[in-house]
Amino acid sequence: MSVVAITPDYKFEAKDRFENFHGNQIVYVGWDHHLMFCSAFAYPVPPATTFKELRDGVMQEAFEMHPEYSKVNWETATWLLDNKPFEPQLDKSLQEQGIGHKSLLRFQTPELKGYKNAGV
Amino acid sequence: MVAKKLNLKDKYRALTRDLDWDYDYSDRKKAFPYEEFEGIKITDWSKWEDPFRLTMDAYWKYQAEKEKKLYAIFDAFSQNNGHLNVTDARYVNAIKVFLTGVSPLEYQAFQGYAHVGRQFGGAGARVACQMQSIDELRHVQTQVHAMSHYNKFFDGFQDWTHMHDRVWYLSVPKSFFDDARSAGPFEFLIAISFSFEYVLTNLLFVPFMSGAAHNGDMATCTFGFSAQSDEARHMTLGLEIIKFLLEQHEDNVPIVQKWIDKWFWRGTRLLAIVAMMMDYMLPNKVMSWKEAWEVYFEDAGGALFKDLARYGIRMPKFVETTAKEKEHISHQAWWIFYTHGHAAGFHTWIPSDEELDWLSEKYPDTFDKYYRPRWELAKEMEARGERFYTKALPQLCTTCQIPMGFTEMDNPTQIAYRSSDYEGEKYHFCSDGCKHIFDQEPEKYVQSWLPVHQIYQGNCGGANVEEVLRDYYKMNLGEDNMDFKGSSDEKRWNEWKRKGVA
Repeated sequence: MSVVAITPDYKFEAKDRFENFHGNQIVYVGWDHHLMFCSAFAYPVPPATTFKELRDGVMQEAFEMHPEYSKVNWETATWLLDNKPFEPQLDKSLQEQGIGHKSLLRFQTPELKGYKNAGV
Repeated sequence: MVAKKLNLKDKYRALTRDLDWDYDYSDRKKAFPYEEFEGIKITDWSKWEDPFRLTMDAYWKYQAEKEKKLYAIFDAFSQNNGHLNVTDARYVNAIKVFLTGVSPLEYQAFQGYAHVGRQFGGAGARVACQMQSIDELRHVQTQVHAMSHYNKFFDGFQDWTHMHDRVWYLSVPKSFFDDARSAGPFEFLIAISFSFEYVLTNLLFVPFMSGAAHNGDMATCTFGFSAQSDEARHMTLGLEIIKFLLEQHEDNVPIVQKWIDKWFWRGTRLLAIVAMMMDYMLPNKVMSWKEAWEVYFEDAGGALFKDLARYGIRMPKFVETTAKEKEHISHQAWWIFYTHGHAAGFHTWIPSDEELDWLSEKYPDTFDKYYRPRWELAKEMEARGERFYTKALPQLCTTCQIPMGFTEMDNPTQIAYRSSDYEGEKYHFCSDGCKHIFDQEPEKYVQSWLPVHQIYQGNCGGANVEEVLRDYYKMNLGEDNMDFKGSSDEKRWNEWKRKGVA
């Protein structure tokens, strides 16, 4: 489907294309079943950022406020990249492992049930 | 032989339909260039039944009388320090949300109706839209006057037009109306007159005005009464436009259905703000959001759609999702604002124990299981002196622009993630409804001005959140934002109480 417009060639550049972020790409990161954080976070990071830098650096500040975050076992945690199973490679860059602009990363820690086991 | 004095019916015809004229030296299509491109077929404009049956002179007289009474009450409210009679200073935050989020929409409606009031080939439709346009202008003016009294005593009222254009959460109502006003004239009427004014308006109007009455806010309450007869007229325009389009041509039915699907969903998302106001921001509650949804949408709307079935119109798409969302939406919305209380232009707070119990009672199937634990965590952190403010910016829905905090309705501890790829770009949505709207008109929504992305693109002034809030949004940091507890609003209120003036 497409828009019905009075202008014959209704076409605009995407406002959020990569070129507009001054060398950064956007990566969203969400922790499934942990709703202390109301939504996934949006991070602007260079595509050359390694996964380790993202996980242990960028993500740390906001996620560590959760009482369970220090208990996360990264050996067993599972990931989804754009809703498909994903095995991150720590020392490779986001770009090298297909984490693109506006990609969504979700991680799961089934043994951690959230604050008061309520998914919070 | 013309009678010296016209009877009412003739006068009405003379002052509405007779103002139209034929075009003998120009193409009528050129005079009304917006009328056909949406695909709507009008075969006979004379079949339009004017919804208002009001002539301009009667309109001015009637409105002027209402205005006189209204301003007399505003004066009395102000002279008697009416703000001291509200239940609790927390209440005033609902009014801040109204002034920054809703009043500017009245202005957008004024502009929208003025535009479409020029574009229809039928004089009856033009006159109705022009009158509604003037109503909407009156509404924004009287709302501003009603609330200006609060601006003298409370924070957060000072820069509402500026904030409406820039603040992250106000992009939700702003983009809603921008979307409607950038559509064709028929879609605008289905969006605003039918889907919003007719189907959903009671969910906005009743909570705010009854909320005002329940919480001692006579200024807002009186404004509400003064606007009520206007709203009733607006609803009749909503009903007329839909009946007219459906009766004019059968080809109009699928187009109208598509618009109803879109605008019903857009409207429910916008109303998430009203939902949280009803359940969390009113110290004296009117009814729960869930109850309001049942009375004003499920019962009233259900009957309406039964009537429209004979034209081949069905219930809006995703209506079954809303039946589940009524249990969750207010809690999820207030949590979004609570956790972003440092970035909001009004105060947020943890509900009192009494209020938590009220929520448990009103939401027996969901509150204790899913939402009370969030507040227990918030309380625990507050008690440690670490009031919870989230430290990174949220992912937003491309369509409704609300942070993606709504969950799967059958799995309420899991955020709902939906996405689409369009011309090599990824887009994210909070729901099937918002994804569907994007997929219908991707060219439109690739232009979404998403506040979080705009900050990261460097288009909102500052290099960090504090600078954006202070310099770009013009929030008075430390006064307008943060928790109600410890705010200047609270301190002043307690001082008035202590002195026995409140």
